[in-house]
Amino acid sequence: MPENILSEHAQAEIDRWIAKYPPEQKRSALLAALREVQHENHGYLTVESMDAVAAYLDLPPIAVYEVASFYSMLETEPVGRHSVSVCTNISCLLRGAEEIVEHVEKKLGVKTGETTLDGRIFLKREEECLAACCGAPMMMVDHKYHEDLTPEKIDEILENLA
Amino acid sequence: MSDQQQLVTIEIDGIPLQAERGAPLIDVADAAGITIPRFCYHKKLSVAANCRMCLVEVERVPKPLPACSTPVNDGMRVHTRSPMVLAAQKAVMEFLLINHPLDCPICDQGGECELQDVSMAFGGDVSRFRERKRVVRNKNLGPLVATDMTRCIHCTRCVRFGEEIAGERELGLIGRGENAEIGTFIEKTLTSELSGNIIDLCPVGALTSKPFRYLARTWEIQQFPGVAPHDAVGSNIYIHVKGDRVMRVVPRENEAVNEVWISDRDRFSYQGLYSEDRLQAPMIKQEGRWQSVDWETALIAAAAGLQHVVQNDGPDAIGALASPSATLEEFYLLQKVARGLGCHNVDHRLLAQDFRDQAHAPLFPWLGQSLAELGKADVILLVGSNCRKEQPLINHRIRQAVRRGARIFVLNPIDYPFNYPLTKRLIANPKEMITHLAGIAKALNPKDPSAEAIGIPPNASPKEVEREIAEALRTGARCVILLGDIATAHPQAAHLRTLSAYIADHSESTLGTLTMGTNGAGAWIAGALPHRKAAGQNLETPGLDADTMIAQGRKGYVLLGVEPEIDCANSHLAAEAMINAEFVVSLTAYRTRPMEDYADILLPIALFAENTGTFVNAAGSWQSFASAVTPPGETRPAWKILRVLANLLDLNGFDYMDATQIRDELQVLVQNADSPEKKDRWRPEKLGEKVAEKTNDKQQLTRIGDMPIHAVDPLVRRAASLQKTPDAGEGVIRINSKLAGLLGIWEGESASAVQDGIEKTLPVVIDERVPDQCAWLPAGIPSSMGLGLRFGSIEISR
Repeated sequence: MPENILSEHAQAEIDRWIAKYPPEQKRSALLAALREVQHENHGYLTVESMDAVAAYLDLPPIAVYEVASFYSMLETEPVGRHSVSVCTNISCLLRGAEEIVEHVEKKLGVKTGETTLDGRIFLKREEECLAACCGAPMMMVDHKYHEDLTPEKIDEILENLA
Repeated sequence: MSDQQQLVTIEIDGIPLQAERGAPLIDVADAAGITIPRFCYHKKLSVAANCRMCLVEVERVPKPLPACSTPVNDGMRVHTRSPMVLAAQKAVMEFLLINHPLDCPICDQGGECELQDVSMAFGGDVSRFRERKRVVRNKNLGPLVATDMTRCIHCTRCVRFGEEIAGERELGLIGRGENAEIGTFIEKTLTSELSGNIIDLCPVGALTSKPFRYLARTWEIQQFPGVAPHDAVGSNIYIHVKGDRVMRVVPRENEAVNEVWISDRDRFSYQGLYSEDRLQAPMIKQEGRWQSVDWETALIAAAAGLQHVVQNDGPDAIGALASPSATLEEFYLLQKVARGLGCHNVDHRLLAQDFRDQAHAPLFPWLGQSLAELGKADVILLVGSNCRKEQPLINHRIRQAVRRGARIFVLNPIDYPFNYPLTKRLIANPKEMITHLAGIAKALNPKDPSAEAIGIPPNASPKEVEREIAEALRTGARCVILLGDIATAHPQAAHLRTLSAYIADHSESTLGTLTMGTNGAGAWIAGALPHRKAAGQNLETPGLDADTMIAQGRKGYVLLGVEPEIDCANSHLAAEAMINAEFVVSLTAYRTRPMEDYADILLPIALFAENTGTFVNAAGSWQSFASAVTPPGETRPAWKILRVLANLLDLNGFDYMDATQIRDELQVLVQNADSPEKKDRWRPEKLGEKVAEKTNDKQQLTRIGDMPIHAVDPLVRRAASLQKTPDAGEGVIRINSKLAGLLGIWEGESASAVQDGIEKTLPVVIDERVPDQCAWLPAGIPSSMGLGLRFGSIEISR
C-alpha cells in the first residue's frame, strides 16, 4: 500500500491534524500533511508521496496535486537544501531590492527559480511582501527572515548555509 | 408548508414569474425562455460561479450578481439586458478572451462553440489586450478525448463532472492565477466509462473528440435521432452524418432514460461501422471457395439449404441464434420464420447456461421500476454485476441513489471497483454466491418450512454480513435487488433468481434484472425464445435453448448478428457446433475468419445507425429509430432479409411494407395476450436438479469469464479507439496470491489455462480481488477465444 512510504512520524503528525477536524473532513489536514511530508523529503513532494497522502486522507490523488501546485510553499520538483526568497515588493524595491536580487544571483551563479549545481541553495522566487517592511530590504532563508540586507551581510548568510 | 407558500413572485425584464423560493435565478430564467449567457453553469452540475458570464442586475443590489448562484426571493426584480448588465457581459467576455487563441478556423468546436456564440451575442468587437497570450501544453488523456488546453477558459465543468457524475476525479485545476491549467498533473489516460461526456460539457474547443478530430465541420453535419445499441438503457443519441457516413455520436437529452449523458461505448462504437472486415455483399461458399453473389441467388440458396435440412432431418435439426442486441422486428421475424418451418429452437440468451425457470418468467425480465425510481432507492443489493462497466448509466442512477444516502451491497465473484462507497461486499466464487444468497434468505425468514423447497438448506446459519444485508433490506423503505450480467450468465442462474425472488418477497424489495444486450427485453416480447412465442405465449413442447443447441449440435444454424465463438457461453463448443453443422447461414455485418470456415452463406446486415427498428430497454420502454445512413455495399436490414427469406420458404404472413408494420403487429399481440406470465417479475420457484458440469480435473478451479465492457458485441469489438482504452480487457490470467502460492506461479510468469482440452498460455497477474480457487480470465477477447465455459472449471499450471 502506498501509505507505507509515509514515515511513522509523518503519520503521527497527520493524525494529530486529522483529530482537529470533524471525522468526515479529513481533507482539512491536507496542508499540514503536505508540509510535513515535504519537510521529510528534502524540501519537495514526489508524486509517490502525494499519492500516499491522498490514500491516507481518502482523497483522489488529483485533489492533492491541485493543492500542492497551488501553494508556493509546496514544491513538486527537486530543489536545493536551502530555500532563499528575496522580497521585491514596494518597500524593499525602494530600498534597493533589485540590486539585492542581482547580487544573490551573481553570488550563487543561478537565476531566480533555479538551484545551485551543488544542490545547496534553491533561489526560489522574488517574494511579494513578507510583511517585514520596517527591515527592508529583506529576504527569507528557510522560513527565517533576514532584514536590512547589504551585499556583505548576504555573503555571510549564504556562506554559512551548509 | 404547502407548495403555494413555497412559490414566490419575481420579475425578470418586466415579466412577472412564479418560482420556487430559493431556486437558482438562472433556472427560473431558462424555464421562462429568457436567455442568460453562461459557461461554467450546467444544470446537472454543482454551481461554481467562476466564469461570471451570467451576471445580471437585481434592483436594490449595488453590483451585478451571477444568476447561477443567486437564489430567487419574493419581489425580486431582475434585469438581464440593462446597461449595467451589458457592460458587465462585455467586460467579462473581454477578460475570458484575453488568453483564448483566435484559432476558430482550425478548431473542431468552431460552429458549435459556446464561446463563439456568446462572444458574438454579448462581447465587444475589439480587445484592448495587447500583451502576449499564454500557451498551455496539451495533455494526453488517452484515445478518446483530444486536448487543446490553450483554449481552456477554466470553467471547471470537466472537473466537477469527474467528481459529481463520473464519480472518479481525474481532472483538476493545477497551479494558480495566470498559471492555472486543467489537467491530470501526471500523464494519465482517463479511465471513466463516461469520460466522453466532458467533450460535450466543454464550452470551448479545449476538450474535443479524438476519433472525430479534423474530419468534419459542424455545419456540414446532418443530425439524426437514434438509440444506442449496447446496453439495457438504450441511451438516446444523435447520429451526426456527413456524406452518408457516421462521423460521431452525441447524447440526445431524455431525462427518463439517459438524462444528458451517454457512455463512451455508446459514443465511440460507431467506428465499428467502418471496420475493414465489413461484409459488403452476400456470399456463398461453393466447393470451399467464397463468392460474392446477388441477393436473389444468396437467398434462394439459403432457403434451399434450410429446406434441405428440414426435409432430411426434420425442423428440429435447425437452430436459430440471435444477438441480444438485434431489433424487436428482427427477433419477431426470425422466430416467425423458424416457427413457420416448424422449429422452436430459437434463442437470444447466448451467454446463459441455466434455463430451468424459464416457464415461470415474466413476460420479459426487466428492471422492475423506472430508471428515475432506481435513482431514489434506499438500499440496493447488486447480485453478480460489474454494474459500472456493464451498464454505465444504470450505475450512474445507483450513484445518484448513493448521493441521496442509499446503502449499496454487492455479491460478486470479483471485487470490482465501484465509483461509490459500498456498505458491505460479499466476494465469493460462483458456487458460494448461492450459499450467500441462501444465507440472506434464511436470515429474513429463519423458520420458513417452505424454504427448503426453493433450495435454502434447513441447517444454513447466516453469517454476520448476510444478516446485515437481510436487515438492511427488511428495514429500508425502498429496497432493490438487481441481477446483473454475471448472475444471468451464472451456471446456476435460475437458483440465484429464485433465491433473489424469495428475498424480495420477504423484504418487500423490488427485484430487477439488468437485461442482456441492448434488447434483451425485446427478445422476450418478440418470442426469440424456445419455450414461448411472441407476446409470451407458452409452448407445450419447448424447443432447445441456446446452450443445448450448442452442446447437442444442430444440422443447420441460422445466425443473426452473432459470432458464436465469442458471443456464446462456451466458446469452444460453439465453434465446434458450427464446424460440425452441415449448413450455416449467417446474417452478419462482418466477414470473419471463423465464419469463413464454418458458414455456407453470409448475408450482410445493417447495423444500428443504418437500421430501422425498435429496442426495448430494461425499464420496458419501446424506443423506435430510423436509419441515419445507407448501409454499405449490398447490405440490407435484417428484417428485409428475413421477409424475403420467408417468402422464398413459402411462409405466409410476411407481407410487410416497412418495419413499423412488424412492430405494430407485435404490439397488438402483446395488448391482446392474456397469459399468466404477464406477472411483473420472477417468483421463488421449486427448481429441478441441474445436471452438473462434468469435471475430471483435480484442481477444482473455477474460471470467472466476465465480459469486458468493450467486448460485448461485434460492433464495439471493432471500435478501434475503445479497444485502446484500459477497459478493453487484458489477455491475462488473474489469480490471488494464495492460489499463486499453491500453484508455484509468480507474477508476470506465463501459465497455461486448460478448458475442454484446449490450452492457452497467458501471463499471470496476482490480483487479490479474485476469490480463492478461481481464475479470472475474461471472455470476448482474442486471448481467451476457444476456451470452454465462462464460469466453468479450468485447470491452471505453470
